[in-house]
Parts: sequence; structure tokens; C-alpha cells
Amino acid sequence: MSSDASAASVVSMAGLSKSFRTGTTALVDIDLDIRPGEFVSLIGPSGCGKSTLLRIVGDLVQPSSGTVLVNGKTAHRARLDHDYGIVFQDAVLYDWRTVARNVSLPLEMLGWSRERRKERVREMLELVELVGFESSRPWQLSGGMQQRVSIARALSFDPSLLLMDEPFGALDEMTRERLNLELLRIWEQAGSTVIFVTHSIPEAVFLSTRVVVMSARPGRIADIVPVDLGHPRTFATREDPRFFELVTQVRESLALGHGEAAGSRSTSAPEVY
Amino acid sequence: MSTIVEPVPSGLGHELGGRLRDWIPAVVVFVLAIVLWQGLTTAFHVQTFLLPKPSDIAQSFWENKAGLWHAGWYTFKEAAGGLVIGSGLGILAALVLARFRNLGFALMPFAIAANAVPIIAFAPITNNWFGLLNPVSKMAIAAVLCFFPTMVNTLRGLTSVHPSSIELMRSYGGGEAATFRLVRIPNSLPFMFTGLKISAVLSMIGAIVGEYFGGPTNALGVSILNDTQLFDFPRAWAGIVLASAFGLSLYMLVALVEHYTTSWHPSARSFARE
Repeated sequence: MSSDASAASVVSMAGLSKSFRTGTTALVDIDLDIRPGEFVSLIGPSGCGKSTLLRIVGDLVQPSSGTVLVNGKTAHRARLDHDYGIVFQDAVLYDWRTVARNVSLPLEMLGWSRERRKERVREMLELVELVGFESSRPWQLSGGMQQRVSIARALSFDPSLLLMDEPFGALDEMTRERLNLELLRIWEQAGSTVIFVTHSIPEAVFLSTRVVVMSARPGRIADIVPVDLGHPRTFATREDPRFFELVTQVRESLALGHGEAAGSRSTSAPEVY
Repeated sequence: MSTIVEPVPSGLGHELGGRLRDWIPAVVVFVLAIVLWQGLTTAFHVQTFLLPKPSDIAQSFWENKAGLWHAGWYTFKEAAGGLVIGSGLGILAALVLARFRNLGFALMPFAIAANAVPIIAFAPITNNWFGLLNPVSKMAIAAVLCFFPTMVNTLRGLTSVHPSSIELMRSYGGGEAATFRLVRIPNSLPFMFTGLKISAVLSMIGAIVGEYFGGPTNALGVSILNDTQLFDFPRAWAGIVLASAFGLSLYMLVALVEHYTTSWHPSARSFARE
């Protein structure tokens, strides 16, 4: 891989491995380049290291070997430069702050002026369609609304990269599908690059431009499935025959990756539906 | 840490002196208990040294109100001083232990062992250290009693933070200082107030017991002790009731501050549960 290629990538991973002190090998030899504007999903069975991979990109976990570049910088530098926003499975909102002040938290840490913060918070709440909830407390909102606040907070300082760790995993199916559509709209509007960890195959296919299929322990990239569904995606996209073909393809890659890696552990099926 | 908000009817102290209707059940129980007490002690001719009649206690309180009030106020100041010193040090210790976790692991076993020491037993010794008539000797006992509940609860609040909260702060490039200021300290407030409320009651107990081992005659503990030795049991009981009232008022004071500083907390709407 030439240095030009990594400079043009938002994220560039080469030879990444991660072993924990307990002796568990979470990731082996991960090579992956993510270009600006891509929406890349990481999918795989539980314990395949997909969340660990996301955290390595965010410099929240250190790799055992290999390199990660984010916007051509080390992951550490990129974190300090606020190059990415992150969304977890739990919304991680602070009860002692109102919705508006939760969204403005990273802006406060960046030292933005009060007026500038106020204006940006308004913009972000418009983006996630939560105008009117500025002074609500997080616990007064539904799970889906909380996750929208969390997305607004992650995007508030306009990072080039959005890291999402199973953000809709705890939500019911209907809310999840609605938020999928909303996330795509936000992604198109904000023009950021997204890395999205999930273990739902339909969700991965519906959202992504590329689906990275990972195998079980130790986590490797088993397959990369480019998603050639058109944009903008709508409820009808889920009825598209091509959507089903891609879902099948991802499912088969998952099964294959699992078969190769497991062998001895035939009881644990990948979490797919 | 999931917070389930139960639809508990807000009772005692929702807003201190808030909705009158919420207080009716408690007032009814209080009046019934007093009536029962009065009735039974009269009917069975219970000896005064065992249990005086409420009417006798009330009468004694009324006759001695100036002296008792003065003594109560003196002891209350000792308790409040002990609460401020002990809890203040407890909060400081919790901050240090939460920041330097290894120090915490090294010191916690000793802290737990020290907590098992019957601190009240030290009262005669602090009397020697600071002087029998010096209020500081009583504050010291109250302070030691207040230290642990405040420290342990505050430490729990500072450390029981969702791991994602810490990752979120790190993702913003925030260091330890920002994490404490923006996450750990606000997160610890409800825990800290739980510790402070326990301490508020303990501080009054500490001060009174400290005075049982000697103190100026105008202190409530000394006054209660003297009354029992002079067989003036209604007056001793009046002193005990007053001590409870002062302890309760210290508790309510803490609860009031809590109400205004942690109004964001989901449980703030129903702290009658505690």
C-alpha cells in the first residue's frame, strides 16, 4: 500500500492484531482502508473483535501490533484533534445535563463560545428532529430519542469520522428501522464517513456502502461485500430483490468465516436472523 | 446502573413542608402513638423512671425550655461542626482515592478495619486530647463517625461510572481533570448526599455520647445524664426528644440542600423512598 493511498483514506489499518493479557486473541492481521464518505459496517458473531477494532480506530484500545492511521495521522493524534465522534449502544447521556447541554458537552470541551454553542445545538437538534426537547432530561426521553441525542452530540463538532458501536442494538425493530433511515439521511447531509458495528445482517446491508464480514475468534476479515444498492435508500429498498441477494451473500460469508474459525466450537452459531 | 422511577407518592420531604395532604398519614400515626403511650402509661400505672407519660415530658420541657434549648443548641453546634469536618475530610479522601486507585486498593482494607472500631469508645480519649470542656473533643468524635459513611458513599459515586462514559470523555481528548469535573463528581452527588444524610444523624449521636463521658453542664448530653442521676426522668426524656429533633433538623437541612443540587436526578421526585 503506497503512502498516497493511506493519505486519501479516512482510516487505514495495516497488519492490526490485538491480544489481551488474558491470552485471548481478539484480532489477527486486519488490513482495511476506508475512503471519505464511505459507510462501512463491521459484522460478525459475538466476540469476533468488531467492537475492539472500532475502539482501536478511536484510540480507546491499543493494538498489539500493526498501524492505524486516521486522516493520515496516528489514531492518538486524531483523537486529540477531535477527528471522530462516537456513539455507543447505550446513549451515555448525563442525567445532570439537559438534552441541549448534553449535545453541547463536546463543544464546551473544545472551548466554543456560548453563542456559537447555542446555535450549533439548535442545528443539531433540527438534524435529528428533536427541536422542542432542549430542556428535557435524558431520562424523560424514549430509547430511540436518547440515541438521536447521542448522534447529535457525536456530530456536533463536525468530525470527519463517525464511529458507531451497535447504536441501535438495544432498540425495538420498528424504532431501529426508522432510525436506520434517519441515520442515512444524516450521513448524506453531514457528508461524514461512518464505521458501524452491528450484528444484524439486514441492518448492515441496508445502511452500508461496504459490509466487512468478520470471522469468530480470532477475529479476521472473512469477506468484504460491496453494497451496490442505489441512494437514497427507502423502505422500498428492503423489498428490492438485490437487497435479499446481498443479505444472503453476507449470511453465507458469515457462515463460511465461522466454519473456518470454529471447528471445535460447533455449538455457538453466529447471531444472525 | 438502571434507574427505575417508581410512581411512589411523594411523602415526607418531597418539598419540605410541601403538599400538606402527603403529611396527613404521618401526622395521624404520630398522634395515635402519643395517645396510646399516654393511655397505656396511665392505665397500667407505669413507673416514671421506666417510661414517663408524654404529658409529663411535655410539661417538663415547657418548664425547662430555656435551659434545654440552650443545651440543645450548644450540642447541635458540636454535631454540625463534626459533620462539616468529618464529611469534608471524607469527601476529600474519596476524591483522592478515586483519582489514585492503587492508593485506594492499598488503603481500603485498613479503612474497612478502622471502620469496625467502636468509635464511641474513643470518646473518653478525645476528651483527654482536646479537653473535657472544649467542644472540639465532641466534634472529633462526631467527625470520626461522619467520615466513613460520607467517604464510602462518595467513593462509590465517583467510581460507579459507566465505562462508556469514560470512553466518551477520552474520545473528546479529555483527561482526568475533565473526567472528574464533567462526569465523576456530578455522578457522585446522589451517593454523597446519601452518606451525608447518614452522617447528619450520626453526628448528633456522636456529640451526645461524647458528652456522656463529661462536658460542660450546659451541654445536652451532660444535662440528660444529670437528670437521670437526679431521678428527673421527664426532663431526661424531654432532653432526648430535643436531641432527636435537632438530629432530624440536621438531616432535613442536608435533604434540603440535596433537593436543590440534585434536582436533575430521576429519584429527586420521590425521595420518600429512602
